[in-house]
Amino acid sequence: MTMMLTRQRAKEIFDKVIKYSTAEETEAYITSTASALTRFANNTIHQNVAEEETALSVRAVVEHRTARASTNRLDEPSIRQTCEAALALARLQPPNPDLLPLPHPQTYGSVDRYYPETAELTPQARAETVLRVLQRAEKDQLTAAGVYSSGAVATALFNSRGLEAFHEETISEFSVTMLGPTSSGWAKQTSPFHLELNPAALAERAARKALEGGSPRDLPPDKYTVILEPSAVLDLLGFLFFDFGGLAVHEGRSCLTGRVGEKVFGDNIFVRDDVFHPLQSGPPFDGEGMPRRRVNLVEQGVVKNLVYARSTAKKMGKEPTGHGFPLPNEYGEAPLNIVMEGGRATLDDMIRSTPRGLLVTRFWYIREVDPYQKILTGMTRDGLFWIEEGKIQHGVKNLRFNQSVIEMLRQVEMMSPPQRTAGEESFEMVVPAMKVREFNFSSATKY
Amino acid sequence: MKDLAQRALETAVAQGASYADVRVLSVRQRYLSTKNGEVAQVRESESYGLGVRVIAGGAWGFASTDRLTPEGLAAVAARAVEIAQASALAKKSDVQLAPEEKFVDEWEAPCQIDPFSVPVSRCLDLLLKVDAELRKVQGVTLAECQMDFRRQEQWFVSSLGSAIRQVKTQTGAGFVATSFAGNEIQRRSYPNSFGGQYQTKGYELVEELDLVGHAPQIAEEAVALHSAPQCPAGVRDIILGSSQVGLQIHESIGHPIELDRVLGTEANFAGMSFLTLDQLGSLKYASEIVNVVADATPSHGPGLGTFAYDDEGVPGQRTPIIQNGQFVGYLTSRETAAAIGKPRSNGAMRAEGWNRIPLIRMTNVSLEPGRGTLDALIADTDDAIYMETNRSWSIDDRRYNFQFGTEIGWEIKHGKKVRMVKNPSYGGITTEFWNSCDAICGPEEWTLWGTPNCGKGQPMQTMGTGHGASPARFRRVKVGVAYGS
Repeated sequence: MTMMLTRQRAKEIFDKVIKYSTAEETEAYITSTASALTRFANNTIHQNVAEEETALSVRAVVEHRTARASTNRLDEPSIRQTCEAALALARLQPPNPDLLPLPHPQTYGSVDRYYPETAELTPQARAETVLRVLQRAEKDQLTAAGVYSSGAVATALFNSRGLEAFHEETISEFSVTMLGPTSSGWAKQTSPFHLELNPAALAERAARKALEGGSPRDLPPDKYTVILEPSAVLDLLGFLFFDFGGLAVHEGRSCLTGRVGEKVFGDNIFVRDDVFHPLQSGPPFDGEGMPRRRVNLVEQGVVKNLVYARSTAKKMGKEPTGHGFPLPNEYGEAPLNIVMEGGRATLDDMIRSTPRGLLVTRFWYIREVDPYQKILTGMTRDGLFWIEEGKIQHGVKNLRFNQSVIEMLRQVEMMSPPQRTAGEESFEMVVPAMKVREFNFSSATKY
Repeated sequence: MKDLAQRALETAVAQGASYADVRVLSVRQRYLSTKNGEVAQVRESESYGLGVRVIAGGAWGFASTDRLTPEGLAAVAARAVEIAQASALAKKSDVQLAPEEKFVDEWEAPCQIDPFSVPVSRCLDLLLKVDAELRKVQGVTLAECQMDFRRQEQWFVSSLGSAIRQVKTQTGAGFVATSFAGNEIQRRSYPNSFGGQYQTKGYELVEELDLVGHAPQIAEEAVALHSAPQCPAGVRDIILGSSQVGLQIHESIGHPIELDRVLGTEANFAGMSFLTLDQLGSLKYASEIVNVVADATPSHGPGLGTFAYDDEGVPGQRTPIIQNGQFVGYLTSRETAAAIGKPRSNGAMRAEGWNRIPLIRMTNVSLEPGRGTLDALIADTDDAIYMETNRSWSIDDRRYNFQFGTEIGWEIKHGKKVRMVKNPSYGGITTEFWNSCDAICGPEEWTLWGTPNCGKGQPMQTMGTGHGASPARFRRVKVGVAYGS
């Protein structure tokens, strides 16, 4: 697998855009993806795929109007047609007096997230790794399902005022579900460098959960102390952080409207957005090419800051923080590099300190029930265990929760050190495991 | 396009594929939106590429590219075969496919008004008119309106000799009024939440929806919800509006009947199904008045799951799923049909685009209409809550325990809607719920809803599905569950 987009190639594409664009101002957003994914289930590889694509998105600005046109055909006639389409679409709309000119050249902090070995990982190498995981499953008569993926993504953003931003990054992911006759276990890890993944350890963890959770028992829904593994924490927090966008607060669609500067969470909650954290991923610039800044979002439970795209910042009298989405968009901005401070406890410490409670591996199908109270509903999945007298006793059939995530962050009793965490309900974060009291479960299922 | 597909196919076979199919797609999309009196988004995109799916060494491989040069085509076909050979390292047995015929055909979905021919300025004018109507109502703090158009042309060729061209145009439109007051956010949407209504048709859908005409009432309801009492908690009879019945079908019937879930291939992500193979033909899924079909044929209507052929060249079909309450059918692929001994796939393999492999996806999974109007059903109901327009949805990974919230509700007493209630929600167990259905409204209330955002697979694929539904009544359901803590 080879990375197709270099800074030089991106610049050549942009030069053609500038050649053909007759807009007052022009921005080009060029992305390139080359990725592959090996998928297994029923102890065999059942899907194995690869893709490559380079796409150009042109934004034209004319007389306080803007619009975007995109293509993955990069011959000159297609580039010309795309430039013309963006301009024509822009001209067809009423002017927006608040539309800002494109930003000038910016300076970006350094992030190094590209590993050639990961970009070049072969299907044979992925298959051999998967084969070893399948052998682990078969050792205990378990059935394994999961994915092993790898690839590279490059993003270039250029504009007619001379702004140039380029970022390339490799990606890799291994996730595995181990199924027993009556139970299952799951584990997942992502990294820019595939050699930092530990598929054998993930398989072992998922297998132990499946084996120890066999013959799960019924538990009546109620409020219980829960120990949330980092993936379960991520699953829930993912539904909170879009509310830290300035525009969401300004428009009254955020649960933080009227709460900025107030103590919303518990004393022990500290959260920041930090693209430069060594366990984070992504480019050091936003959808307009503004440099991403570190932003302290929550300190001692107080909502200290929001994040702002350029236009939101102007509207709200703030400085842009470099968290805007590509324009035009309805959403404004969001922090996407969440780092939550944790504590010093281990998962074992939390279990030992719990007279009665539940250990949650991950959640599933979470949806927002109430946007201001931030009540979420969802199910536990792939490893729910009953804890009594400081020890895991047995597996429990999955439960549905209805829980305000704001309330939850007022009831955190213990935390582990934060770690790079991946889940299926949210983007990746650096978050701890948590022990939370009075987590509200409302119904049960039979699996 | 056909030549490109044919060339890639020949290369894949020459490289050692025992079976190969190739899809070449050209996709054009346009999205327009407004927010609080201003244009929010105007964007257009096109995407052109090719995907090669092969069986080699008895295992699957797939590769896709946007490099449609002779070198690009040769490389992608060879790569698909190389990937399949790697898959074979971990195979248990050779892939077997149910037999299928060769088809050489072309089909274009009916489209009266090409949405890309409608001037963008005319579309924006309409959205801004709706926006203005919404914001005329005091208390509306956010007005959001949108239109979404997509046209897809696809050539499918396979080593069976099939060569199929299909063209589909899809249109979506809708709006939402948000009211923030005190410590509460309330929303009302029309004609449905999360983007509105979507169908496989042209701009005529936008004209049929009468967006401007519905804006005042929707805006007033969003504001009125603040002063409405909370939906009571307890066990109650409920009537669901037709779009909510559509989503209930999607989550608690459409997904569990996907045979790949049943056979475990989605275990790591989308999940499995409570509908194990032993239940086919024996499970009483629902009450006797419930009949559900999976129907991809154009005669079912312009649903998002309407097509002539699926993405492995199998003709679209009408498949009974629930007959008089009995569970009688799954959605299948050629591979899964063979796995359970069926002579043929019922044609449910669909891919999001040229760079994705087809998966079993819902077609139009629809509830057959019963009798009578919604007004007549309400008049026939002594004590219940009527719930309309989805606000939240969640179901476990076997599709058994679910919970839904809707934007608005009304208490029904002695055959009349007596008062609005806010934050309605209900929950239950799939088979218990469908067995409690005792009334389904008739064809005059039946709408073929589009769900444009159904996610499944790794890498994730988003697919549009169709769900025909009329309002329906369910007895003794747990309501108010979301706020019960």
